[in-house]
Amino acid sequence: MSKPAPRRKGAWELRAGASIVAALAIVALLSLVWTPQPPSKMQILLKLKPPLAAGWLGTDQYGRDIASLLMAGAWNSLSIALLSVLIGAGIGTALGLTVAARGRGIVTAAVMRGCDVLFAVPPIRSAMMLGAFIGPGRFTAIIAIASFMVPVFTRIAFASASQIWARDYVLAARACGKGPFRISVEHVAPNIATPVIVQVTIQLGLAILTEAGLSFLGLGLPPPAPTWGRMLAEAQTFLRPAPWLAILPGLAIALAVLGFNLIGDGLRDRFDPKRARAS
Amino acid sequence: MRILAGLARGAVFSAMLAVSAALTASPSMADPRRDLVLGMGIEPTGLDPTIAAPVAIGQVTWQNVFEGLVTIGRDGKVQPQLAESWEISPDGLTYTFRLRHGVKFHDGEAFDADVAKASIERARGAQSTNPQKRFFDAIASIDAPDAATLVLHLSRPAGSLLYWLGWPSSVIVSPKTADANKTDPVGTGPFLFSRWVKGDRVELKRNPDYWDKAANIRLDTVTFRFIPDPQAQSAALVSGDVDAFPEFGAPELMSSFTENERLTTEIGNTELKVVAGMNNARKPFSDKRVREALMHALDRATIIDGAWSALGTPIGSHYTPNDRAYKDLTGIYPYDPDKAKALLKEAGYENGLSFTIKVPQMSYATRTAEIMQVMFAEVGVTLSIEPTEFPAKWVQDVFTSRDYDMTIVAHAEPMDIDIYARDPYYFNYRNPAFDAVMAKVEATTDTAGQDRLYAEAQEILARDVPALFLFVMPKLGVHDRKLHGLWKDEPIPSNVLSEVYWAE
Amino acid sequence: MTGLLLRRLGGLALTLLAVSALIFAVMNVLPGDAAAIMLGTSASEDTLAALRAELGLDRPLVLRYAAWIASAATGDFGRSYTYGVPVSELIGERLAVTLPLALFAVILSVLIAVPLGVGAASRRGGALDRFATVFAQMSVAMPAFWVAILLIILFSTGWGIFPAGGFPGWQAGGLAALKSLVLPSLALALPQAGVLTRVTRAAVLDVTGEDFVRTARAKGLPRRVALWRHVLPNASVPIVTVLGLQFTFLVAGAVLIENVFNLPGLGRLAYQALTQRDIVVMQAVVMLLSGLVIVVNFLVDLAQMRLDPRLRALA
Repeated sequence: MSKPAPRRKGAWELRAGASIVAALAIVALLSLVWTPQPPSKMQILLKLKPPLAAGWLGTDQYGRDIASLLMAGAWNSLSIALLSVLIGAGIGTALGLTVAARGRGIVTAAVMRGCDVLFAVPPIRSAMMLGAFIGPGRFTAIIAIASFMVPVFTRIAFASASQIWARDYVLAARACGKGPFRISVEHVAPNIATPVIVQVTIQLGLAILTEAGLSFLGLGLPPPAPTWGRMLAEAQTFLRPAPWLAILPGLAIALAVLGFNLIGDGLRDRFDPKRARAS
Repeated sequence: MRILAGLARGAVFSAMLAVSAALTASPSMADPRRDLVLGMGIEPTGLDPTIAAPVAIGQVTWQNVFEGLVTIGRDGKVQPQLAESWEISPDGLTYTFRLRHGVKFHDGEAFDADVAKASIERARGAQSTNPQKRFFDAIASIDAPDAATLVLHLSRPAGSLLYWLGWPSSVIVSPKTADANKTDPVGTGPFLFSRWVKGDRVELKRNPDYWDKAANIRLDTVTFRFIPDPQAQSAALVSGDVDAFPEFGAPELMSSFTENERLTTEIGNTELKVVAGMNNARKPFSDKRVREALMHALDRATIIDGAWSALGTPIGSHYTPNDRAYKDLTGIYPYDPDKAKALLKEAGYENGLSFTIKVPQMSYATRTAEIMQVMFAEVGVTLSIEPTEFPAKWVQDVFTSRDYDMTIVAHAEPMDIDIYARDPYYFNYRNPAFDAVMAKVEATTDTAGQDRLYAEAQEILARDVPALFLFVMPKLGVHDRKLHGLWKDEPIPSNVLSEVYWAE
Repeated sequence: MTGLLLRRLGGLALTLLAVSALIFAVMNVLPGDAAAIMLGTSASEDTLAALRAELGLDRPLVLRYAAWIASAATGDFGRSYTYGVPVSELIGERLAVTLPLALFAVILSVLIAVPLGVGAASRRGGALDRFATVFAQMSVAMPAFWVAILLIILFSTGWGIFPAGGFPGWQAGGLAALKSLVLPSLALALPQAGVLTRVTRAAVLDVTGEDFVRTARAKGLPRRVALWRHVLPNASVPIVTVLGLQFTFLVAGAVLIENVFNLPGLGRLAYQALTQRDIVVMQAVVMLLSGLVIVVNFLVDLAQMRLDPRLRALA
């Protein structure tokens, strides 16, 4: 609306999101060198203790320390989400840039239809298939999530890049005899960086959710590597005697997704004037 | 047999009590219920046990819809059924069955020697897709000299044949209806198939023309409901939607039923032997000292405690307390980490040893493997867990290709100790002494002689540890207190309902 | 426009064909053998061969693909290896659970999101607007299967007013069946409601800012009337678009929720068929779900093209 904004758009979202993500990242990195207990250490005599009765957050059905498991789980969830989004964004953006440079034609149509096909297979299902071939694990999870991300970034890069290609300065560069590759790198890529980066943060939240879903179905990292999703899955039959087993990992997932979504919203509000008007 | 007779008498006695109670009670008192909803964790794939292996098929149909020449009782022993008696020739090569008169299939078709012959021929013929076709390998020819006599001529003695004929995969089917049994089973049993709502339930109703007039069938309708998730199983039991879960899915939830006034729990034995098989052809498992060391490194009691809420029986061989001539052999290689370390050192692995275990994605297997991982770590063995989709990927990798170091799976078939003599089989285990004992079992027809051989076989395996013998899964029965007659143990996977009844 | 439409329709058909080939190829090279799974660990090689022949698994891949496409075109998707009944019958039974589930979830999310979004937009910066923002952020961040577990802890193991799982079937009476769908559809609806709240709020704000609404308001049209007569009809286009996308997502993505609540839906059928390598069933279910997503995306694209002529040039 026309009312002048009193402060920079999306500032509080950015600040809150960044603090959450930074805190989680610190915990995840810390877990590589220190956790209150070794995450895989079992003490069956101490099984199913509620929070504070054993360790800060209690123990699971093998007497493992939940706080330590959650910390190590943070590293696994964040690293898989980050890697898969970066892979998806890298391939997708490159693909989008390439077809935008070629303009209309059979190749472009084929790539966009290919995107439709990839997009039509949800990551859970592709992970099931992939898991059947090479077994579940880090690689399966990353590829399944990334393959869902590729079409998202291809479409965004293609749409933004196509607009840039119609601009005067690109036409001028063309007239100077610059090839499509040079133009893509020098003129187009820098100008589509903002929407791509905004999309990366938004997709990170989605990737965390997807990774949790995969682990929940047993398609994520194999045990004993702790993941939030598998902790939730294993907690399911213990809902009555030990509800905290299910509540805590879910909170961790929700917090991480919230953090990334807030950053994404903040960035979008700051860089996308059309959206900013509405919020 | 004595136990069974006692049980039967008990059942008759309490049934009479129930009857007299009903007679003397005021008219307002309701009659005992005559319907039953029984829960199962796994839905059968088809309803014909003679063309597919999953035990869930037999757990719905065996003894309820389909019957065999002989059957297997609560105590795991062979009893007459459609054959009222039999004779085995002294050389063990001719089995002559005297068949019952007046038996009819559910479609009205009469049962006789020709039907029995056709049924067995179907199971052993070239087109057969019977999962246990090997049962019939020894049969050379079948005769049906008259309507009530069936003669099996064998090419070699087969000491287990009679027992095998009691299995779900050996039930008698009518040649007229056999092809449709998968979706519309027609047998001779006390219950008729009425409906299958896929993904949810199978419904049976009482067979009014059941041949066994002595049998007192006290259920009119039976519904099998399929509920895979233990949380939902528990909810269905508590709400009364399901009257009984003979094999409840999650041991950790069993204690939650103790407070429930309407329900009771009963823990028995199954035939499910949880065994960590090793690739005996591969290093380091080809070295017996390594296998011994790994067995010494495991504390079975703690494994059962952590993986299955302390419910389950430790075993020292591929044999369960249900089975005839069972011996407790867990003392041969008891939990002894120091001994394990010493043995590993002797075998040249003092600097550690690492290998991979392919684990089916089922809770008992994953949990047990996670605990084994920790116990092995204490003796310097690094175990990596590779979750393996079950059954598809596991069958492909472990069973067919035999491409694995270690695996863990619950063997469901009763009395299957002979798998260690099979070649090929996924253990890649070869021991001529053991093979000889198994061959002798088949060549022996007297029970006492067979029992002695089974004892010997258990002992050979317990000492040689071709696989790490862990525990027998408990049969976690949960049911309404007023419901009686379900089996406590499960010498063969089943839900036999002919003696089940509601008390007042 | 007709030429363009025909071209797009041709593209759609090609996409569907490509997807079907991909699905068929993937399913048929999956490791694991339906015959070996059905016959268990004691079966001999000749028994396995007999069963493979019976199931038609011994024919060449290309022939099997051609046969599948040809009979699928006539509505015949083959017979399930494990159940032994026509696949279309199986899918029909499962859709009777999954479709109502997805539909209830969409209805619930509309009932939550539209009033909330409209209310938030009509008083920007107010208490309701802040609540809507927080609600949207929270519900989008929570994994649906976790919400499901929380709902079970709260309403089922705790309070005991809804079943923790299972589906009694429609023949058990509509009320019992509906009751068993309440928690699952709520778990599915909440994250969707978050998205929809934001879309509604943004759309209403967009339309409120347009000249014709401002003119109407300046002419003295009461706020409420302006909202009903001008704002909502125009804001409904993006809302309906998002709803369409959400519905396909819910039908395809219900597998996790069906798992938690043990519902015999389509996702569960696919999962079960995958573990049994019941390829015939898997092919049909995956094709159905993927086809649904592709067709809905196509329709959304068409609708947007009509609305935004700039996109027409791009196509």
